[in-house]
Amino acid sequence: MVLAGLSLAIFLMLELLPGNLVDVLLGENARPEDIKLLETQLGIDKPLVERYLHWLGQAVSGDLGRSPLSGEAVVDAIAHRLPVSLQLMVYAQLLALLIAIPLGMIAGYREGSRLDGTITGAAFGVLAVPHFVLGLLLILVFAIWLGWLPATGYVPWSEGVWNSIRSLTLPAVTLALVEAPVYMRLLRSDIADTLREPFIAVARAKGLPEWYILLRHALRPSSFSLITVMGINIGHLIGGAVIIETLFALPGVGRLLIEAITQRDYVMLQGVVLFIGVAFVFVNLLVDVAYAVLDPRVMRHGT
Amino acid sequence: MARKARSFFTNRRYLILPLGWISLVVALAITAPWLPLPNPTEMDFAHPESHPSFAHWFGTDLDGRDIFARAIYGARVSLIVSLGAPLIGLIAGTLLGLIASYCSGWIRTIILACLDAMLAFPSLVFALGLTVVLGPSVQNVTLALGIMSIPAFARIARSHALPLLGQEFVLAARTAGASNAYILFREILPNMVMPLLTYVLTIMSVMIVAEGSLSFLGVGVPPPTPSWGGMIAEGREALERVPHASLIPAVILFLTVLSLNLIGDALRQEKFGHSGGLS
Repeated sequence: MVLAGLSLAIFLMLELLPGNLVDVLLGENARPEDIKLLETQLGIDKPLVERYLHWLGQAVSGDLGRSPLSGEAVVDAIAHRLPVSLQLMVYAQLLALLIAIPLGMIAGYREGSRLDGTITGAAFGVLAVPHFVLGLLLILVFAIWLGWLPATGYVPWSEGVWNSIRSLTLPAVTLALVEAPVYMRLLRSDIADTLREPFIAVARAKGLPEWYILLRHALRPSSFSLITVMGINIGHLIGGAVIIETLFALPGVGRLLIEAITQRDYVMLQGVVLFIGVAFVFVNLLVDVAYAVLDPRVMRHGT
Repeated sequence: MARKARSFFTNRRYLILPLGWISLVVALAITAPWLPLPNPTEMDFAHPESHPSFAHWFGTDLDGRDIFARAIYGARVSLIVSLGAPLIGLIAGTLLGLIASYCSGWIRTIILACLDAMLAFPSLVFALGLTVVLGPSVQNVTLALGIMSIPAFARIARSHALPLLGQEFVLAARTAGASNAYILFREILPNMVMPLLTYVLTIMSVMIVAEGSLSFLGVGVPPPTPSWGGMIAEGREALERVPHASLIPAVILFLTVLSLNLIGDALRQEKFGHSGGLS
Protein backbone atom coordinates (compact mmCIF):
# COMPACT_ATOMS: atom_id res chain seq x y z
CA MET A 1 0.00 0.00 0.00
CA VAL A 2 2.73 2.41 1.04
CA LEU A 3 4.90 1.11 -1.79
CA ALA A 4 2.17 1.63 -4.39
CA GLY A 5 1.69 5.23 -3.27
CA LEU A 6 5.43 5.75 -3.21
CA SER A 7 5.90 4.42 -6.74
CA LEU A 8 3.07 6.61 -8.06
CA ALA A 9 4.48 9.68 -6.32
CA ILE A 10 7.97 9.06 -7.73
CA PHE A 11 6.62 8.47 -11.21
CA LEU A 12 4.48 11.61 -11.22
CA MET A 13 7.15 13.80 -9.66
CA LEU A 14 9.65 12.92 -12.35
CA GLU A 15 7.09 13.08 -15.15
CA LEU A 16 6.28 16.63 -14.18
CA LEU A 17 9.92 17.67 -14.22
CA PRO A 18 10.75 20.43 -16.61
CA GLY A 19 13.23 19.53 -19.30
CA ASN A 20 12.22 16.80 -21.68
CA LEU A 21 14.46 13.77 -22.11
CA VAL A 22 14.21 14.04 -25.91
CA ASP A 23 15.63 17.58 -25.74
CA VAL A 24 18.56 16.33 -23.68
CA LEU A 25 19.36 13.53 -26.13
CA LEU A 26 18.91 15.37 -29.42
CA GLY A 27 19.76 18.92 -28.52
CA GLU A 28 17.58 21.95 -29.13
CA ASN A 29 17.88 22.07 -32.90
CA ALA A 30 16.52 18.58 -33.56
CA ARG A 31 14.28 17.97 -36.60
CA PRO A 32 10.62 17.24 -35.76
CA GLU A 33 10.77 13.80 -37.47
CA ASP A 34 13.67 12.74 -35.27
CA ILE A 35 11.84 13.87 -32.17
CA LYS A 36 8.78 11.88 -33.22
CA LEU A 37 10.87 8.78 -33.91
CA LEU A 38 12.70 8.92 -30.59
CA GLU A 39 9.47 9.50 -28.68
CA THR A 40 8.05 6.32 -30.21
CA GLN A 41 11.22 4.43 -29.37
CA LEU A 42 11.18 5.55 -25.77
CA GLY A 43 7.42 5.12 -25.51
CA ILE A 44 6.88 8.70 -24.38
CA ASP A 45 4.04 9.26 -26.86
CA LYS A 46 1.74 6.88 -24.99
CA PRO A 47 -0.68 8.21 -22.33
CA LEU A 48 0.50 8.68 -18.74
CA VAL A 49 -1.51 5.89 -17.09
CA GLU A 50 -0.37 3.32 -19.61
CA ARG A 51 3.26 4.29 -19.13
CA TYR A 52 2.96 4.14 -15.34
CA LEU A 53 1.46 0.66 -15.38
CA HIS A 54 4.09 -0.50 -17.87
CA TRP A 55 6.91 0.91 -15.73
CA LEU A 56 5.45 -0.54 -12.53
CA GLY A 57 4.91 -3.97 -14.13
CA GLN A 58 8.51 -4.08 -15.26
CA ALA A 59 9.78 -2.76 -11.92
CA VAL A 60 8.00 -5.57 -10.05
CA SER A 61 9.69 -8.14 -12.27
CA GLY A 62 13.05 -6.53 -11.51
CA ASP A 63 13.53 -4.42 -14.65
CA LEU A 64 13.85 -0.69 -14.07
CA GLY A 65 14.64 0.12 -17.67
CA ARG A 66 17.81 1.31 -19.32
CA SER A 67 19.48 4.67 -18.99
CA PRO A 68 19.02 6.38 -22.38
CA LEU A 69 22.26 8.29 -21.82
CA SER A 70 24.75 5.56 -20.91
CA GLY A 71 22.78 2.56 -22.18
CA GLU A 72 23.39 0.80 -18.86
CA ALA A 73 20.51 -1.11 -17.28
CA VAL A 74 19.36 0.73 -14.14
CA VAL A 75 19.28 -2.48 -12.09
CA ASP A 76 22.87 -3.24 -13.09
CA ALA A 77 24.00 0.26 -12.21
CA ILE A 78 22.45 -0.03 -8.75
CA ALA A 79 23.80 -3.55 -8.22
CA HIS A 80 27.22 -2.31 -9.21
CA ARG A 81 27.17 0.60 -6.74
CA LEU A 82 25.37 -1.11 -3.87
CA PRO A 83 28.38 -2.99 -2.38
CA VAL A 84 30.18 0.30 -1.77
CA SER A 85 27.21 1.83 0.06
CA LEU A 86 26.59 -1.37 2.03
CA GLN A 87 30.23 -1.69 3.09
CA LEU A 88 30.27 1.93 4.21
CA MET A 89 26.99 1.49 6.07
CA VAL A 90 28.09 -1.62 8.00
CA TYR A 91 31.50 -0.13 8.83
CA ALA A 92 29.97 3.16 10.02
CA GLN A 93 27.25 1.48 12.11
CA LEU A 94 29.80 -0.78 13.83
CA LEU A 95 31.99 2.19 14.68
CA ALA A 96 29.02 4.22 15.89
CA LEU A 97 27.87 1.39 18.18
CA LEU A 98 31.41 0.88 19.41
CA ILE A 99 31.48 4.53 20.48
CA ALA A 100 27.89 4.89 21.61
CA ILE A 101 27.22 1.73 23.63
CA PRO A 102 30.03 2.05 26.21
CA LEU A 103 29.61 5.82 26.57
CA GLY A 104 25.82 5.58 26.72
CA MET A 105 25.96 2.86 29.37
CA ILE A 106 28.47 4.71 31.53
CA ALA A 107 26.54 7.98 31.26
CA GLY A 108 23.23 6.25 32.00
CA TYR A 109 24.67 4.31 34.91
CA ARG A 110 26.23 7.40 36.48
CA GLU A 111 23.34 9.67 35.55
CA GLY A 112 23.80 13.19 36.89
CA SER A 113 27.49 12.75 37.66
CA ARG A 114 30.27 14.94 36.30
CA LEU A 115 31.31 12.16 33.91
CA ASP A 116 27.75 12.02 32.55
CA GLY A 117 27.81 15.79 32.10
CA THR A 118 31.07 15.67 30.15
CA ILE A 119 29.89 12.88 27.85
CA THR A 120 26.48 14.45 27.25
CA GLY A 121 28.02 17.87 26.66
CA ALA A 122 30.51 16.50 24.15
CA ALA A 123 27.69 14.70 22.34
CA PHE A 124 25.70 17.94 22.21
CA GLY A 125 28.63 19.74 20.62
CA VAL A 126 29.27 17.03 18.02
CA LEU A 127 25.57 17.05 17.14
CA ALA A 128 25.88 20.64 15.95
CA VAL A 129 28.55 19.76 13.35
CA PRO A 130 27.07 18.97 9.93
CA HIS A 131 28.26 15.85 8.02
CA PHE A 132 30.21 17.73 5.42
CA VAL A 133 32.02 19.97 7.90
CA LEU A 134 33.07 16.98 9.99
CA GLY A 135 34.24 15.08 6.92
CA LEU A 136 36.21 18.09 5.75
CA LEU A 137 37.91 18.45 9.13
CA LEU A 138 38.86 14.77 9.17
CA ILE A 139 40.29 15.03 5.64
CA LEU A 140 42.27 18.09 6.65
CA VAL A 141 43.74 16.50 9.77
CA PHE A 142 44.19 12.83 8.87
CA ALA A 143 44.77 12.99 5.13
CA ILE A 144 46.45 16.34 4.51
CA TRP A 145 48.28 17.23 7.72
CA LEU A 146 49.10 13.78 9.06
CA GLY A 147 48.91 11.82 5.80
CA TRP A 148 47.71 8.64 7.53
CA LEU A 149 44.75 7.84 5.32
CA PRO A 150 43.72 8.52 1.71
CA ALA A 151 41.48 11.59 1.38
CA THR A 152 39.22 10.39 -1.40
CA GLY A 153 38.56 7.42 -3.65
CA TYR A 154 37.52 3.83 -3.14
CA VAL A 155 39.53 0.60 -3.40
CA PRO A 156 37.37 -2.50 -4.02
CA TRP A 157 37.74 -5.69 -1.99
CA SER A 158 39.35 -7.47 -4.92
CA GLU A 159 42.37 -5.16 -4.72
CA GLY A 160 43.20 -5.99 -1.14
CA VAL A 161 41.00 -6.06 1.91
CA TRP A 162 43.27 -3.87 3.99
CA ASN A 163 43.44 -1.09 1.40
CA SER A 164 39.70 -1.29 0.91
CA ILE A 165 39.09 -0.80 4.62
CA ARG A 166 41.61 2.05 4.69
CA SER A 167 39.85 3.82 1.83
CA LEU A 168 36.54 3.64 3.69
CA THR A 169 37.85 4.57 7.14
CA LEU A 170 37.54 8.35 6.94
CA PRO A 171 34.01 8.31 5.47
CA ALA A 172 32.92 5.66 7.97
CA VAL A 173 34.38 7.58 10.91
CA THR A 174 32.60 10.73 9.72
CA LEU A 175 29.26 8.94 9.56
CA ALA A 176 29.88 7.19 12.87
CA LEU A 177 30.74 10.44 14.65
CA VAL A 178 27.57 12.05 13.35
CA GLU A 179 25.37 9.16 14.45
CA ALA A 180 27.06 8.08 17.67
CA PRO A 181 25.86 11.09 19.75
CA VAL A 182 22.26 10.36 18.78
CA TYR A 183 22.61 6.68 19.72
CA MET A 184 24.47 7.59 22.90
CA ARG A 185 21.74 9.96 24.11
CA LEU A 186 18.97 7.44 23.42
CA LEU A 187 20.79 4.62 25.20
CA ARG A 188 21.72 6.85 28.13
CA SER A 189 18.18 7.89 28.98
CA ASP A 190 16.79 4.38 28.39
CA ILE A 191 19.45 2.74 30.59
CA ALA A 192 18.79 5.28 33.32
CA ASP A 193 15.06 4.45 33.16
CA THR A 194 15.63 0.71 33.11
CA LEU A 195 17.92 0.84 36.15
CA ARG A 196 14.98 2.18 38.19
CA GLU A 197 12.88 -0.93 37.38
CA PRO A 198 12.09 -3.49 40.09
CA PHE A 199 13.81 -6.39 38.32
CA ILE A 200 17.10 -4.53 38.55
CA ALA A 201 16.58 -4.17 42.29
CA VAL A 202 15.92 -7.92 42.46
CA ALA A 203 19.15 -8.65 40.56
CA ARG A 204 21.07 -6.38 42.94
CA ALA A 205 19.46 -8.07 45.93
CA LYS A 206 20.66 -11.40 44.58
CA GLY A 207 24.17 -9.98 44.87
CA LEU A 208 24.99 -10.02 41.16
CA PRO A 209 27.92 -7.82 40.17
CA GLU A 210 27.05 -4.43 38.70
CA TRP A 211 28.71 -5.05 35.32
CA TYR A 212 26.72 -8.25 34.95
CA ILE A 213 23.46 -6.48 35.72
CA LEU A 214 24.28 -3.73 33.23
CA LEU A 215 25.21 -6.08 30.41
CA ARG A 216 22.78 -8.95 30.96
CA HIS A 217 19.74 -7.28 32.48
CA ALA A 218 19.70 -3.62 31.54
CA LEU A 219 21.17 -3.39 28.03
CA ARG A 220 18.64 -5.53 26.22
CA PRO A 221 15.40 -3.85 27.29
CA SER A 222 17.07 -0.44 26.95
CA SER A 223 18.02 -0.85 23.32
CA PHE A 224 14.60 -0.32 21.71
CA SER A 225 14.82 3.36 20.78
CA LEU A 226 18.39 2.76 19.72
CA ILE A 227 17.32 0.01 17.33
CA THR A 228 14.44 2.07 15.95
CA VAL A 229 16.69 4.98 15.10
CA MET A 230 19.39 2.65 13.82
CA GLY A 231 16.83 1.04 11.54
CA ILE A 232 15.91 4.44 10.12
CA ASN A 233 19.58 5.26 9.59
CA ILE A 234 20.36 1.93 7.93
CA GLY A 235 17.34 2.35 5.69
CA HIS A 236 18.63 5.74 4.63
CA LEU A 237 22.22 4.58 4.20
CA ILE A 238 21.32 1.71 1.87
CA GLY A 239 20.23 4.45 -0.46
CA GLY A 240 23.71 5.84 -0.13
CA ALA A 241 25.10 8.53 2.07
CA VAL A 242 24.71 11.25 -0.54
CA ILE A 243 26.92 13.88 1.07
CA ILE A 244 29.63 11.56 2.36
CA GLU A 245 29.90 9.73 -0.96
CA THR A 246 30.21 13.05 -2.79
CA LEU A 247 32.77 14.44 -0.35
CA PHE A 248 34.99 11.35 -0.42
CA ALA A 249 34.38 10.51 -4.10
CA LEU A 250 32.99 7.04 -3.37
CA PRO A 251 31.11 5.31 -6.21
CA GLY A 252 28.04 4.36 -4.17
CA VAL A 253 24.30 4.60 -4.71
CA GLY A 254 24.21 8.17 -3.40
CA ARG A 255 26.72 9.23 -6.05
CA LEU A 256 24.59 7.50 -8.67
CA LEU A 257 21.62 9.57 -7.53
CA ILE A 258 23.53 12.85 -7.75
CA GLU A 259 24.93 11.94 -11.17
CA ALA A 260 21.44 11.06 -12.43
CA ILE A 261 20.16 14.41 -11.15
CA THR A 262 22.93 16.51 -12.68
CA GLN A 263 22.76 14.67 -16.02
CA ARG A 264 18.94 14.80 -16.03
CA ASP A 265 18.86 11.04 -16.57
CA TYR A 266 15.25 10.55 -15.49
CA VAL A 267 15.02 6.82 -16.13
CA MET A 268 18.00 6.27 -13.83
CA LEU A 269 16.62 8.77 -11.31
CA GLN A 270 13.23 7.04 -11.15
CA GLY A 271 14.89 3.68 -10.63
CA VAL A 272 17.30 4.83 -7.93
CA VAL A 273 14.65 6.79 -6.03
CA LEU A 274 12.27 3.82 -6.14
CA PHE A 275 15.07 1.57 -4.89
CA ILE A 276 15.82 3.93 -1.99
CA GLY A 277 12.14 4.06 -0.99
CA VAL A 278 11.69 0.28 -1.15
CA ALA A 279 14.91 -0.35 0.77
CA PHE A 280 13.75 2.00 3.53
CA VAL A 281 10.35 0.32 3.90
CA PHE A 282 11.98 -3.11 3.87
CA VAL A 283 14.53 -2.25 6.57
CA ASN A 284 11.78 -0.89 8.81
CA LEU A 285 9.98 -4.21 8.43
CA LEU A 286 13.15 -5.97 9.60
CA VAL A 287 13.35 -3.62 12.59
CA ASP A 288 9.85 -4.68 13.64
CA VAL A 289 11.02 -8.29 13.53
CA ALA A 290 14.10 -7.36 15.57
CA TYR A 291 11.86 -6.00 18.37
CA ALA A 292 10.19 -9.37 18.72
CA VAL A 293 13.54 -11.16 18.86
CA LEU A 294 14.86 -8.78 21.52
CA ASP A 295 11.76 -8.78 23.65
CA PRO A 296 9.23 -11.58 23.15
CA ARG A 297 6.62 -9.51 24.99
CA VAL A 298 6.15 -7.42 21.83
CA MET A 299 4.92 -10.44 19.91
CA ARG A 300 2.29 -11.30 22.50
CA HIS A 301 1.03 -7.73 22.72
CA GLY A 302 0.98 -7.25 18.98
CA THR A 303 -1.08 -10.26 17.96
CA MET B 1 5.51 36.56 32.61
CA ALA B 2 8.41 38.98 33.08
CA ARG B 3 9.33 37.31 36.34
CA LYS B 4 9.23 33.92 34.72
CA ALA B 5 11.53 35.13 31.97
CA ARG B 6 13.95 36.55 34.53
CA SER B 7 14.18 33.31 36.46
CA PHE B 8 14.65 31.44 33.20
CA PHE B 9 17.75 33.48 32.44
CA THR B 10 19.25 33.67 35.93
CA ASN B 11 19.27 29.88 35.95
CA ARG B 12 20.99 29.82 32.58
CA ARG B 13 23.57 32.56 32.38
CA TYR B 14 25.46 30.64 29.72
CA LEU B 15 22.62 31.45 27.29
CA ILE B 16 24.11 34.94 26.90
CA LEU B 17 26.73 33.54 24.53
CA PRO B 18 24.41 31.75 22.06
CA LEU B 19 21.88 34.61 22.18
CA GLY B 20 24.65 37.12 21.58
CA TRP B 21 26.04 35.15 18.66
CA ILE B 22 22.63 34.77 17.00
CA SER B 23 21.90 38.49 17.51
CA LEU B 24 25.26 39.38 15.97
CA VAL B 25 24.68 37.16 12.93
CA VAL B 26 21.15 38.49 12.44
CA ALA B 27 22.22 42.12 12.89
CA LEU B 28 25.11 41.81 10.43
CA ALA B 29 22.95 39.96 7.92
CA ILE B 30 20.22 42.61 8.00
CA THR B 31 22.54 45.62 7.85
CA ALA B 32 24.94 44.07 5.31
CA PRO B 33 24.09 46.42 2.39
CA TRP B 34 24.86 49.51 4.52
CA LEU B 35 28.09 48.20 6.05
CA PRO B 36 31.42 49.30 4.56
CA LEU B 37 32.12 45.84 3.15
CA PRO B 38 33.98 44.85 -0.01
CA ASN B 39 31.73 43.52 -2.75
CA PRO B 40 31.17 39.83 -1.89
CA THR B 41 30.97 38.73 -5.52
CA GLU B 42 33.79 40.86 -6.92
CA MET B 43 36.74 38.71 -7.92
CA ASP B 44 40.23 40.06 -7.37
CA PHE B 45 42.65 37.83 -9.21
CA ALA B 46 45.60 39.88 -8.01
CA HIS B 47 45.05 38.73 -4.40
CA PRO B 48 43.60 35.21 -4.40
CA GLU B 49 43.90 32.87 -1.42
CA SER B 50 45.36 35.56 0.84
CA HIS B 51 45.53 35.03 4.56
CA PRO B 52 43.59 37.16 7.06
CA SER B 53 44.92 40.72 7.07
CA PHE B 54 43.72 44.23 7.89
CA ALA B 55 42.29 44.77 4.38
CA HIS B 56 40.57 41.36 4.38
CA TRP B 57 39.73 40.35 7.95
CA PHE B 58 39.12 36.71 7.11
CA GLY B 59 41.38 36.65 4.05
CA THR B 60 40.22 36.02 0.50
CA ASP B 61 38.98 32.86 -1.21
CA LEU B 62 40.21 31.09 -4.35
CA ASP B 63 38.91 33.83 -6.62
CA GLY B 64 40.16 36.67 -4.44
CA ARG B 65 36.72 37.44 -2.97
CA ASP B 66 36.58 38.78 0.58
CA ILE B 67 35.59 35.95 2.93
CA PHE B 68 34.27 38.26 5.66
CA ALA B 69 31.86 39.95 3.26
CA ARG B 70 30.83 36.62 1.77
CA ALA B 71 30.21 35.13 5.21
CA ILE B 72 27.90 38.04 6.11
CA TYR B 73 26.01 37.89 2.82
CA GLY B 74 25.86 34.11 3.24
CA ALA B 75 24.18 34.70 6.60
CA ARG B 76 21.36 36.45 4.71
CA VAL B 77 20.68 33.24 2.78
CA SER B 78 20.78 31.16 5.97
CA LEU B 79 18.48 33.68 7.65
CA ILE B 80 15.92 33.62 4.83
CA VAL B 81 15.95 29.83 4.63
CA SER B 82 15.89 29.23 8.37
CA LEU B 83 12.93 31.60 8.86
CA GLY B 84 11.02 30.91 5.65
CA ALA B 85 11.18 27.13 5.55
CA PRO B 86 9.97 26.47 9.13
CA LEU B 87 7.21 29.03 8.57
CA ILE B 88 5.91 27.06 5.58
CA GLY B 89 6.21 23.82 7.54
CA LEU B 90 4.59 25.35 10.64
CA ILE B 91 1.54 26.74 8.84
CA ALA B 92 0.89 23.83 6.47
CA GLY B 93 1.92 21.15 8.96
CA THR B 94 -0.17 22.52 11.84
CA LEU B 95 -3.20 22.83 9.59
CA LEU B 96 -2.82 19.27 8.30
CA GLY B 97 -2.13 17.95 11.79
CA LEU B 98 -5.21 19.67 13.20
CA ILE B 99 -7.43 18.38 10.42
CA ALA B 100 -6.01 14.89 10.75
CA SER B 101 -6.72 14.84 14.47
CA TYR B 102 -10.19 16.39 14.28
CA CYS B 103 -11.68 14.73 11.23
CA SER B 104 -12.22 11.03 10.92
CA GLY B 105 -12.75 8.71 7.98
CA TRP B 106 -11.18 9.07 4.58
CA ILE B 107 -9.83 12.62 5.01
CA ARG B 108 -7.69 11.51 7.94
CA THR B 109 -6.61 8.34 6.15
CA ILE B 110 -5.47 10.27 3.08
CA ILE B 111 -3.59 12.93 5.06
CA LEU B 112 -1.83 10.38 7.26
CA ALA B 113 -0.94 8.19 4.26
CA CYS B 114 0.57 11.17 2.42
CA LEU B 115 2.60 12.19 5.48
CA ASP B 116 3.87 8.64 5.95
CA ALA B 117 4.89 8.42 2.31
CA MET B 118 6.86 11.66 2.70
CA LEU B 119 8.54 10.38 5.85
CA ALA B 120 9.47 7.11 4.11
CA PHE B 121 12.08 9.08 2.26
CA PRO B 122 15.52 10.30 3.23
CA SER B 123 14.66 13.95 3.79
CA LEU B 124 17.75 15.24 2.01
CA VAL B 125 16.98 13.20 -1.11
CA PHE B 126 13.45 14.60 -0.98
CA ALA B 127 14.69 18.19 -0.76
CA LEU B 128 17.26 17.45 -3.43
CA GLY B 129 14.63 16.18 -5.84
CA LEU B 130 12.29 19.09 -5.13
CA THR B 131 15.03 21.68 -5.63
CA VAL B 132 15.92 20.11 -8.96
CA VAL B 133 12.27 20.09 -10.02
CA LEU B 134 11.73 23.71 -8.99
CA GLY B 135 15.10 24.99 -10.19
CA PRO B 136 17.89 26.31 -7.96
CA SER B 137 17.22 29.68 -6.31
CA VAL B 138 16.98 30.92 -2.73
CA GLN B 139 13.16 30.97 -2.85
CA ASN B 140 12.93 27.45 -4.24
CA VAL B 141 15.40 26.03 -1.74
CA THR B 142 13.29 27.60 1.01
CA LEU B 143 10.13 26.18 -0.49
CA ALA B 144 11.62 22.69 -0.90
CA LEU B 145 12.95 22.63 2.67
CA GLY B 146 9.63 24.01 3.92
CA ILE B 147 7.70 21.22 2.24
CA MET B 148 10.25 18.76 3.64
CA SER B 149 9.45 19.90 7.19
CA ILE B 150 5.65 19.62 6.86
CA PRO B 151 5.31 15.98 8.02
CA ALA B 152 7.30 16.61 11.20
CA PHE B 153 5.19 19.64 12.13
CA ALA B 154 1.98 17.78 11.30
CA ARG B 155 2.99 14.92 13.60
CA ILE B 156 3.80 17.24 16.48
CA ALA B 157 0.58 19.19 15.99
CA ARG B 158 -1.44 15.99 15.93
CA SER B 159 0.25 14.52 18.98
CA HIS B 160 -0.51 17.69 20.94
CA ALA B 161 -4.04 18.12 19.59
CA LEU B 162 -5.25 14.58 20.27
CA PRO B 163 -5.09 14.70 24.09
CA LEU B 164 -6.58 18.22 24.08
CA LEU B 165 -9.61 17.10 22.08
CA GLY B 166 -10.84 14.92 24.94
CA GLN B 167 -10.69 17.70 27.55
CA GLU B 168 -13.65 19.34 29.23
CA PHE B 169 -13.17 22.79 27.77
CA VAL B 170 -13.60 21.38 24.26
CA LEU B 171 -16.75 19.61 25.33
CA ALA B 172 -17.94 22.83 26.97
CA ALA B 173 -17.30 24.83 23.79
CA ARG B 174 -19.15 22.26 21.73
CA THR B 175 -22.08 22.25 24.13
CA ALA B 176 -22.18 26.02 23.89
CA GLY B 177 -22.69 25.58 20.16
CA ALA B 178 -19.23 26.51 18.86
CA SER B 179 -18.46 25.60 15.26
CA ASN B 180 -15.71 23.13 14.34
CA ALA B 181 -13.48 25.92 13.05
CA TYR B 182 -13.95 27.88 16.27
CA ILE B 183 -13.01 24.90 18.40
CA LEU B 184 -9.97 24.10 16.30
CA PHE B 185 -8.54 27.59 16.02
CA ARG B 186 -9.72 29.32 19.19
CA GLU B 187 -9.73 26.44 21.68
CA ILE B 188 -7.16 23.87 20.50
CA LEU B 189 -4.60 25.94 18.61
CA PRO B 190 -3.70 28.44 21.39
CA ASN B 191 -2.95 25.50 23.69
CA MET B 192 -0.31 24.07 21.42
CA VAL B 193 1.45 27.24 20.29
CA MET B 194 4.33 26.94 22.75
CA PRO B 195 5.47 23.39 21.90
CA LEU B 196 5.20 24.19 18.20
CA LEU B 197 7.29 27.36 18.54
CA THR B 198 9.91 25.49 20.54
CA TYR B 199 10.06 22.99 17.75
CA VAL B 200 10.55 25.82 15.24
CA LEU B 201 13.88 26.63 16.93
CA THR B 202 15.04 23.03 16.55
CA ILE B 203 13.94 22.92 12.94
CA MET B 204 15.71 26.22 12.22
CA SER B 205 19.11 24.70 12.92
CA VAL B 206 18.17 21.63 10.87
CA MET B 207 17.24 23.93 7.99
CA ILE B 208 20.52 25.84 8.13
CA VAL B 209 22.40 22.54 7.91
CA ALA B 210 20.11 21.30 5.12
CA GLU B 211 20.63 24.46 3.08
CA GLY B 212 24.37 24.12 3.66
CA SER B 213 24.25 20.49 2.50
CA LEU B 214 22.29 21.33 -0.66
CA SER B 215 24.63 24.18 -1.53
CA PHE B 216 27.60 21.95 -0.72
CA LEU B 217 26.29 19.39 -3.23
CA GLY B 218 25.91 22.18 -5.78
CA VAL B 219 22.11 22.04 -6.06
CA GLY B 220 21.24 24.70 -3.49
CA VAL B 221 21.69 28.42 -3.77
CA PRO B 222 23.28 29.04 -7.19
CA PRO B 223 26.54 31.02 -7.50
CA PRO B 224 27.54 33.83 -7.39
CA THR B 225 25.18 34.34 -4.41
CA PRO B 226 27.34 33.50 -1.38
CA SER B 227 26.07 30.85 1.04
CA TRP B 228 27.92 29.10 3.83
CA GLY B 229 27.58 25.63 2.30
CA GLY B 230 28.70 26.90 -1.08
CA MET B 231 31.72 28.66 0.45
CA ILE B 232 32.78 25.47 2.24
CA ALA B 233 32.42 23.49 -1.00
CA GLU B 234 34.47 26.01 -3.01
CA GLY B 235 37.20 26.14 -0.38
CA ARG B 236 37.47 22.35 -0.39
CA GLU B 237 39.33 22.44 -3.69
CA ALA B 238 42.24 24.28 -2.08
CA LEU B 239 42.06 22.70 1.36
CA GLU B 240 45.79 22.02 1.43
CA ARG B 241 46.85 25.55 0.56
CA VAL B 242 44.20 27.75 2.20
CA PRO B 243 42.28 25.75 4.81
CA HIS B 244 40.75 28.96 6.19
CA ALA B 245 38.65 29.43 3.03
CA SER B 246 36.62 26.38 4.11
CA LEU B 247 37.18 26.43 7.84
CA ILE B 248 35.95 29.97 8.55
CA PRO B 249 32.47 29.44 7.07
CA ALA B 250 32.45 25.98 8.69
CA VAL B 251 33.12 27.44 12.14
CA ILE B 252 30.46 30.12 11.62
CA LEU B 253 27.96 27.46 10.57
CA PHE B 254 28.88 25.33 13.60
CA LEU B 255 28.54 28.20 16.07
CA THR B 256 25.16 29.21 14.64
CA VAL B 257 23.76 25.69 14.75
CA LEU B 258 25.16 25.09 18.24
CA SER B 259 23.64 28.36 19.51
CA LEU B 260 20.21 27.52 18.12
CA ASN B 261 20.42 24.02 19.63
CA LEU B 262 21.40 25.41 23.05
CA ILE B 263 18.53 27.91 23.08
CA GLY B 264 16.05 25.31 21.86
CA ASP B 265 17.22 22.81 24.46
CA ALA B 266 16.87 25.36 27.27
CA LEU B 267 13.32 26.19 26.19
CA ARG B 268 12.40 22.52 26.06
CA GLN B 269 13.78 21.91 29.55
CA GLU B 270 11.81 24.89 30.82
CA LYS B 271 8.67 23.42 29.32
CA PHE B 272 9.12 20.02 30.91
CA GLY B 273 10.39 21.48 34.17
CA HIS B 274 7.31 23.62 34.86
CA SER B 275 4.33 21.69 33.64
CA GLY B 276 0.96 22.92 34.74
CA GLY B 277 1.25 26.50 33.48
CA LEU B 278 -1.40 27.85 31.17
CA SER B 279 0.70 27.46 28.04
